[in-house]
Amino acid sequence: MASIIDIKDECSLHVRNFSFTYKGATTPSLKKVTMPIAKHSVTALIGPSGCGKTTLLRSFNRMHDLYPGNKYEGEIEFEGRNILDPKEDLIHLRTKIGMIFQKPTAFPMSIFDNVAYGMRLQGIKNKTELEGRVEKALQDAAIWKEVKDRLKHDANGLSGGQQQRLCIARAIAVEPEVLLFDEPTSALDPISTQGIEKLVIELKERVSIIIVTHNMQQAARVSDYTGFMYLGDLIELGHTEELFVTPKEKLTQEYITGKFG
Amino acid sequence: MIDKIFLNMTRTSALLILFIVAWIFVVLFNHSIEAMQTFGFDFITKDEWAPNLEKFGAYAAIFGSVASTFLAMLLAIPVAIGVAIFLSEIAHDKIKGFFGVSVELLAAIPSVIYGMWGLFFFVPILRDIFGGMGIGLLAAGIVLAIMILPFMAAVTRDAMNTTPDILKESAYALGGTQWDVIKDIIIPYAKAGIIGSLILALGRAIGETMAVTFVMGNVHHTPKTILDPTTSIPVTLANEFTEADSSLYFSSLFGLALTLLVMSFVVIAIAKFYFLRKVRKGQ
Repeated sequence: MASIIDIKDECSLHVRNFSFTYKGATTPSLKKVTMPIAKHSVTALIGPSGCGKTTLLRSFNRMHDLYPGNKYEGEIEFEGRNILDPKEDLIHLRTKIGMIFQKPTAFPMSIFDNVAYGMRLQGIKNKTELEGRVEKALQDAAIWKEVKDRLKHDANGLSGGQQQRLCIARAIAVEPEVLLFDEPTSALDPISTQGIEKLVIELKERVSIIIVTHNMQQAARVSDYTGFMYLGDLIELGHTEELFVTPKEKLTQEYITGKFG
Repeated sequence: MIDKIFLNMTRTSALLILFIVAWIFVVLFNHSIEAMQTFGFDFITKDEWAPNLEKFGAYAAIFGSVASTFLAMLLAIPVAIGVAIFLSEIAHDKIKGFFGVSVELLAAIPSVIYGMWGLFFFVPILRDIFGGMGIGLLAAGIVLAIMILPFMAAVTRDAMNTTPDILKESAYALGGTQWDVIKDIIIPYAKAGIIGSLILALGRAIGETMAVTFVMGNVHHTPKTILDPTTSIPVTLANEFTEADSSLYFSSLFGLALTLLVMSFVVIAIAKFYFLRKVRKGQ
């Protein structure tokens, strides 16, 4: 059976008996997953390809709803309500739970407009407010110095690492409660990866972070809690140090020692 | 050895294309010299076309070509973009497939059929609504619009489909609605491709002969309103080549053809410029 630690600190999300089935699939990709996500900390999801970690991540902001026919069962509690409720306001949910993707996704517009985009969607038009918050977000994403003289330039002119930090700035500009990172450094070089990891650790003071990664060292470096998933089950959730040093489950131990993967 | 033969064959085929284009250009140019020498710039600025008086001014035909194409673009662009948005973003997969194939089939209908349909079924409707003859610039513009619409919608959809899913998801993840994503992400991302495809459609419309021959009226008058009958370059050529009884008449028709060729070249060159720019951006 799964070994899930009881998190004493406040939690921002509670996953309870959550199953997810893709359109047309006969077996669920996630099977009755139960998992607390601690507030203002970093939770890493690791596991071999196809284990369901990205599927779980994309459930938190209901990204699966973009492709009709998928089925959610169970509960994900956020701010006192079940966000899997069909009546959940997805626009509002996604401003509270932001996402960073596998590849940098700068929009075809200027650097400034990229960061201002989420705020403009919320109807913020005041120029001074936008300018202030864009600058703040870019500073928080540690990219302000590099771009402050070319805010009007096309964002696609930035390097991959810069674009990914721009995406983080764009996501934090709308002041979310939770940030989802889907293998955010898989397309980046080691130096840029270091920058993103440092940023993830800094950001947890303000937001709860869930990060999916293929890289166990990365999970060990950035996270407070780590969940190991295998074939749609959450096998183990524990403090990162404990999970990597003294795993409770045999499967976890085999995975982190490289016996399969 | 075989490599060499193959290489030479491909090279010859490629050169053949260049040769044919050059040949056509030279023929058109040579045959239109007489008209150019006789009329000079008056050929494209005067609209008096009187074969019995040996006076040939192509302004009405040029104007008719440009105006009917402009009208067609004006009518077709919003509808084509609407269809493309529906097909690439809004429709469910099954409908997408069915509609997508239908649009491509429509694009394959021979233009003479659009012309016949226009004359026998569409012109009477226009006549009932606006009075007059029904045939004329407006009829030509509408039939042309209907003709280029499927092609335009199909290529615009293809351009929109090049937007990476991850880019769209990023905008949804910030709280964007479907409409926000379409207008802020997909259309700007696919802009170069969309403009390129619109201009290719323009190229088709400007040289279109059969669809408009039926409904334009074939009279050499610059129309005063969009309901007036007029003519266009390809319509004039198709209708009058068999009647050209003097060498100046013949030469004037070649002059018209040369004008059309140059216009089409310019249009296609612009489209290619956009496409090339897009390809470079993608690298």
